[in-house]
Amino acid sequence: MSERDTEREGLPGPAPEDRRRPKGRRTSQGIRVDPEVEAEHPPRRTVISALVEHEPGVLARVSGLFSRRQFNIESLTVADTQNDDWARITVVVEEPDPGIDQVEKQLEKVVPVIHVRELADDAVTRELVVVKVDADRPHEVHAITEMYNGKTLDAGPRTITVELTGDEQKINDAIDAYRQFGIREIARTGQTALARGETKTAVVPDHLK
Amino acid sequence: MTEHGAVTEPDEAEPEAESEATEAEGVDAEEAEVAKRTGAESVVASLEAAGVETVFGVQGGAIMPVYDALYDSGLDHVTMAHEQGAAHAADAYGAVSGDPGVCMATSGPGATNLVTGLADADMDSEPVVALTGQVPTELVGNDAFQETDTVGVTTPITKSNYFASSPDTVGEDVSTAFALASHGRQGPTVVDLPKDVTTGETDVDPVEPEVPGTVDVQTRADDENVAAAAQTIVDADEPVILAGGGVVKGDATEELYAFATEHEIPVVTTMPGIGAFPEDHDLALEMAGMHGTGYANMAITLTDCLLAVGTRFDDRLTGGVDSFAPDAEVIHVDIDPAEISKNIEADHPLVGDAGTVLDQLDEAMPTSPDTEAWVEQCREWKEEYRLDYAAPEDEPLKPQYVVEAVDEATDRDTVVTTGVGQHQMWACQFWTYTEPRTWVSSHGLGAMGYGLPSAIGARVAADDDQSVVSFDGDGSFLMTCQELVVAVREQMDITVFVLNNEAIGMVRQWQDAFFDGRRMASEYPWVPKFDTLAEAFGADGFRIEGYDDAPDVIEEALAVDGPAVVDVYIDPTEDVYPMVPSGGDNGQFALSEDHL
Repeated sequence: MSERDTEREGLPGPAPEDRRRPKGRRTSQGIRVDPEVEAEHPPRRTVISALVEHEPGVLARVSGLFSRRQFNIESLTVADTQNDDWARITVVVEEPDPGIDQVEKQLEKVVPVIHVRELADDAVTRELVVVKVDADRPHEVHAITEMYNGKTLDAGPRTITVELTGDEQKINDAIDAYRQFGIREIARTGQTALARGETKTAVVPDHLK
Repeated sequence: MTEHGAVTEPDEAEPEAESEATEAEGVDAEEAEVAKRTGAESVVASLEAAGVETVFGVQGGAIMPVYDALYDSGLDHVTMAHEQGAAHAADAYGAVSGDPGVCMATSGPGATNLVTGLADADMDSEPVVALTGQVPTELVGNDAFQETDTVGVTTPITKSNYFASSPDTVGEDVSTAFALASHGRQGPTVVDLPKDVTTGETDVDPVEPEVPGTVDVQTRADDENVAAAAQTIVDADEPVILAGGGVVKGDATEELYAFATEHEIPVVTTMPGIGAFPEDHDLALEMAGMHGTGYANMAITLTDCLLAVGTRFDDRLTGGVDSFAPDAEVIHVDIDPAEISKNIEADHPLVGDAGTVLDQLDEAMPTSPDTEAWVEQCREWKEEYRLDYAAPEDEPLKPQYVVEAVDEATDRDTVVTTGVGQHQMWACQFWTYTEPRTWVSSHGLGAMGYGLPSAIGARVAADDDQSVVSFDGDGSFLMTCQELVVAVREQMDITVFVLNNEAIGMVRQWQDAFFDGRRMASEYPWVPKFDTLAEAFGADGFRIEGYDDAPDVIEEALAVDGPAVVDVYIDPTEDVYPMVPSGGDNGQFALSEDHL
């Protein structure tokens, strides 16, 4: 072992203010931007569809992923498909673009997940809602239900319960319309969706078919 | 058959046909017996099929059937003092060998004690397979004795986990867990084993490890992206390679060396990336980030082209993302697509295996960038901001000196493991790492107590002629020092240097810097004498009190053929510098308290 150098004096080097500085800047999302321009990534709402192996715990894994990573989830639906071995999870998220990208990539990493994609704006999306309102004005309630192509499921002296399906906007409008009667309870399913026309919602690799 | 014969032989009057039938039945029964195995035996057969040699674990009620099956197997079992130790040992085994480390625990408290180690392996992408006992299936969900929802608890901290549902499929569950732990981006997996599944019988043969069909790992990057990235490197004036843990785990250190030296590009590493590039090389700028070198942080802040390979841009590396390499076009190579643009946006995403993509980039580069002036600039920074510490003659012993002295007294391929804290940073800064898989630490999780159990795992994985030393702090060592019993029992050649400053030193440093010196709960004036503690366990104990006795004691301790613990009384006022305050700007690293 060599002799100890007793002349060591500590860290040398210029102070922070005397160092060369970079010119650029990044946003809080790590995106390089022009330092002179403010760059914002506002959140947008979109539908992500995941085809998964239908096995116990998949939903827990997916929902755990969302809560752990603080993704802003609007709705989540899940049920089986034409193939008993597969289930489809439809998630509506509201995130800036980098967040949406992460949602897709993190979902893709869950082992039983077969395929993930963000659906295009023209995707066919539907939601079911069951609304229970006060029955004081039954004819008016019925008129609203007709107007929204809904169906009365139960009508009694004090409550009327109706069902409606449609896209998110229609459901929101209908609920607004029912408010005048006094809404007692609402149960919404959250959106479910398929890509329009010939476009495949999920691409399944041959070895899994 | 002997028994069968003994029963039938005396009765000569027995009709021949019936005798034959009985005999035939006997043969069938025996064949069936040979083909049948318990679920636990299937688990062990799957471990064998996966090439496992050593298992780290702790016995317990619900895992007993698997231990019973181990009894007749050729596998070694290292009984740890605590399950956390088993998980850390398995993690370190994975880090040193590259193959999954295996840990076992019983249900409930056994499984929950694994959690810290699994979270650690998850953060550092270490291949680990954990097998946990579980209460019998019929009791699951009833809050039975020693029941915990292990799959639920470990879901967020594992790559994947399985609840074994039948003796017929348990072998496949274990094999799949193995395949997943080491496939693509490595990570920990868990198989939870209900007792009725491990005691139940099956005639299903074990299968070779195979990843599920839904998993598709891309190893070669898209050629068009590679071409664009290659052109960016060629056009760069001040390029830097940032080598992360993925380079080491992907066994891509040779490809990295070839690429960096051929194109004369300086190399910075992350903490898990230590060992990816030899630190004694002219192009090596060593570790960047919170306690990285000044020259690494200057280079990474000012570069115009950052080739990041196998890193997830942890906040301890980037500091505030707004000031991280803000002038750089970022080329990000990673086997995990989800890492691309997660924290730092990649201008050129290259999804693939580190070595493969580096080779692709090399092939796609028509020429090398002109880096002469930049390399010279980096060389100047290396001189200007060289790592050093003040050590006048009359000062107490400096920890940095101890790290340097042990480095000097050991071979290049010595494996270093650490706990978490100031000592860990000194071990990063003042040891010269030149080979991959010789630096083993708790990077992402920062789990105090990692040092000793990881040294045990590293010892099992390392070659016999490779030394294993561990640097620990007094606080970190106290968290898992009971694992000394394992090192003594197995007579493992490990030398632990406890850099003892009677404090949770890193916390104290932060309290001094950011909490007006209010040292709440960070000072440990009641630490035991670690040399005596070691002796109580049956290990050799040493003590270093100053510069005078340091060289001799270090040599003596390293010469011990078995576990040795050196209690090193270091200067308790020594802090870790350079330092970038949490979320700060890497280019504004502090060289002393004056800069904070």
